[in-house]
Amino acid sequence: MTRKQKRLAVIGGGVAFLVAAVLLVMFAFSQSIAYFYVPGDLAKANLAPGTRIRLGGLVEAGTVKRGEGSTVTFTVTDTLSTVPVTYTGILPDLFREGQGVVAEGAFGTDGLFVADTVLAKHDETYMPKDVADRLKAQGVELSGKETIK
Amino acid sequence: MIIELGHYALVLALATVLIQSVLPLIGTIRNDRSLMAVAPAAALAGFLLVLFSFSVLTFAYVVSDFSVANVWENSHSLKPMIYKISGVWGNHEGSMLLWLLILVFFSALVSTFGANLPERLRANVLAIQGLISTAFALFILLTSNPFIRLSPAPAEGRDLNPVLQDVGLAIHPPLLYLGYVGFSVCFSFAIAALIEGRIDAAWARWVRPWTLAAWSFLTAGIAMGSYWAYYELGWGGWWFWDPVENASFIPWLAGTALLHSALVMEKREALKIWTVLLAILTFSMSLLGTFLVRSGVLTSVHAFATDPTRGVFILAILVFFIGGALSLFAFRAATLKAGGLFAPISREGALVLNNLILTTAAATVLTGTLYPLVLEALTGEKISVGPPFFNLTFGLLMLPLLLAVPFGPLLAWKRGDVFAAGQRLFAAVAVGLVVAAGVVYAHGGGPVLAYFGIAIGFYMIAGSLTDLWMRAGIGKVKANVAFRRFIGLPGSAFGTALAHIGIGVTVIGVIAVTAFETEHVVEMKPGMQVEAGGYMLTFDGMRRGQGPNYSEESGHFTVAQGGVTVTDIWSSKRLYTARRMPTTEAGIRTFGLSQLYVSLGDAMADGGIVVRVWWKPMILCIWIGALIMMAGGAVSLCDRRLRVGAPQKARKMKPVLEAAE
Repeated sequence: MTRKQKRLAVIGGGVAFLVAAVLLVMFAFSQSIAYFYVPGDLAKANLAPGTRIRLGGLVEAGTVKRGEGSTVTFTVTDTLSTVPVTYTGILPDLFREGQGVVAEGAFGTDGLFVADTVLAKHDETYMPKDVADRLKAQGVELSGKETIK
Repeated sequence: MIIELGHYALVLALATVLIQSVLPLIGTIRNDRSLMAVAPAAALAGFLLVLFSFSVLTFAYVVSDFSVANVWENSHSLKPMIYKISGVWGNHEGSMLLWLLILVFFSALVSTFGANLPERLRANVLAIQGLISTAFALFILLTSNPFIRLSPAPAEGRDLNPVLQDVGLAIHPPLLYLGYVGFSVCFSFAIAALIEGRIDAAWARWVRPWTLAAWSFLTAGIAMGSYWAYYELGWGGWWFWDPVENASFIPWLAGTALLHSALVMEKREALKIWTVLLAILTFSMSLLGTFLVRSGVLTSVHAFATDPTRGVFILAILVFFIGGALSLFAFRAATLKAGGLFAPISREGALVLNNLILTTAAATVLTGTLYPLVLEALTGEKISVGPPFFNLTFGLLMLPLLLAVPFGPLLAWKRGDVFAAGQRLFAAVAVGLVVAAGVVYAHGGGPVLAYFGIAIGFYMIAGSLTDLWMRAGIGKVKANVAFRRFIGLPGSAFGTALAHIGIGVTVIGVIAVTAFETEHVVEMKPGMQVEAGGYMLTFDGMRRGQGPNYSEESGHFTVAQGGVTVTDIWSSKRLYTARRMPTTEAGIRTFGLSQLYVSLGDAMADGGIVVRVWWKPMILCIWIGALIMMAGGAVSLCDRRLRVGAPQKARKMKPVLEAAE
């Protein structure tokens, strides 16, 4: 190979690698991004069953019920609409009735939301700002600043 | 009074680092040696002043002086002494002061150990360090002052976030910052080289020890943070791809690339422009990480409290330094002459491949971290990019790198022979396959990919040893000669091998835990049993306890193997009184390199309690591997050639510089 050809091969290889990486990133994005909703958004969102989302809001007081083993059901509310959620596992330390929560999971074909991850709030990562603002506007008190990652 | 002295020392420090940045720069422009000589003295003075200021804040924590707002917000008189001290950096203001302290510490190191640097280079490097220090000292004084007083002084403090009350906090942030901030020296060297418009192999020699030191600390800091999150959060996970974790991981990836490209530049004078760019980018990623964590753009356990003015201020610092550095790079890069040619298949070629993959991986992680923020800013749409994204992209990108790692040291500079290297690695490949086959035989089941991953881990360990083996000539020459040759190998050869072995060990741990861990979530009443990893856990009951600043309920478990009791585990839930905040204190027992991990959930109405039990096979390998990598960095750093070489080059350079004026 001449020097020019060698250089072309190296540059071509590098560019091919970068293109592959970009395609990989785009593919991974299409597979694993979860959009965020509050209960009020769901009516117009028209989600297909099985679509992974993050559902945020407050745990409605008096709705946390323990079922068989470690299965828990509770209702997430944005104070206007509500969504019932089931979850199997250990709830985070900061999970409390009347406080913020984000449940990640999907609606089943029966319309029930099944969460596989539950994050208890205390900050904007798990209680995005406009939900917090909307809740505040409705007079809902958000307390505490402590966070668990 | 002493508090005001600390505050005053910080203001003086600001003035000192400002002098450190301005006068030497004027000195290099006017070629005035007395102005250039100001830099080392100012750097030392700045360090002593910030150290004093930091000590004063520590003192306020130790004596629980609640008239200082920062102490009141983050401490409590009943808190154990070690957490009073580590609490100094367990909050935004204190942790920024630690950042500054470490920054000026590195400036002081440069001025102490930089006596052999060319005068102009040293003046410029210290001036850039001074400029960064000025920005951060201003930031602390204007937006994050830890010395603000409260009047009247409250009687009791509000306590530190319980999650942070752990030895992890004492160790993790200082190590992480030593790494993060250590890259500022590489950045300053790069800018100094651009200002001078010249760069050579000697430059790479000066930069490499700093890169190695920063990289080693960052490795340890990230590993420590990962282990801390693992045992403290009670979720059993050791890496979450949390934006804050990514913020420290991106500089690590870029820094690893820098370490390798500086090697090419030092040995072969090639990749000059790229190395300078990488030095700038690595510290830029550190700054970006600081911005992400400290501005409140992301909030998590690391973000403490948020205040928009801080975000804007750090963003301004970020734009100034990254923008300024890249503009300077754009103007001056062309004046740096490119050097050394090499064939694609060569040690240089292998290191270029390393750089290509590592920087692409860093860019990928950066994209996944920033995309949700950018999308929300632009469209208002909220998304989350979770672990599946990072596992898929990062995992696939790393695969070719891991396979290529043992080849690197076996290829010759300039023109290598990939087939010869492959032949030498036959034994390593065999080791990997044999071990994987052994695991299949002993364990059975599980995904095929996992066995493949374990084979890669052992192949990397064996492949890294192959290099030492070949160089010592073991098996080819007499044993005593081989032994003497082995002892006589340069420190950097051992360092390389150790660092690469460390990656192999970490890979083994990651794969084993991901593929073979078992998890049980069960409701238990006293007397009930659950099996994990071949051990039988019996739940004996709960007990109430009282700590200095918390109350706790602990569950006791007896661990038996084959009917014989081997040990027991306490796992508890705590309620910290001052903040009414609950935490989970997982019960962990180590068996060899594996661990049993028990964390408690909610108590049920019928007297049972939800218990989560994990068996984590080989999990300690993840962090042991990181420690081996760090040891590799340290051994490389002690290489005599690194220390002896530099002064000689410096003496040779001086006349050239003077002649150039």
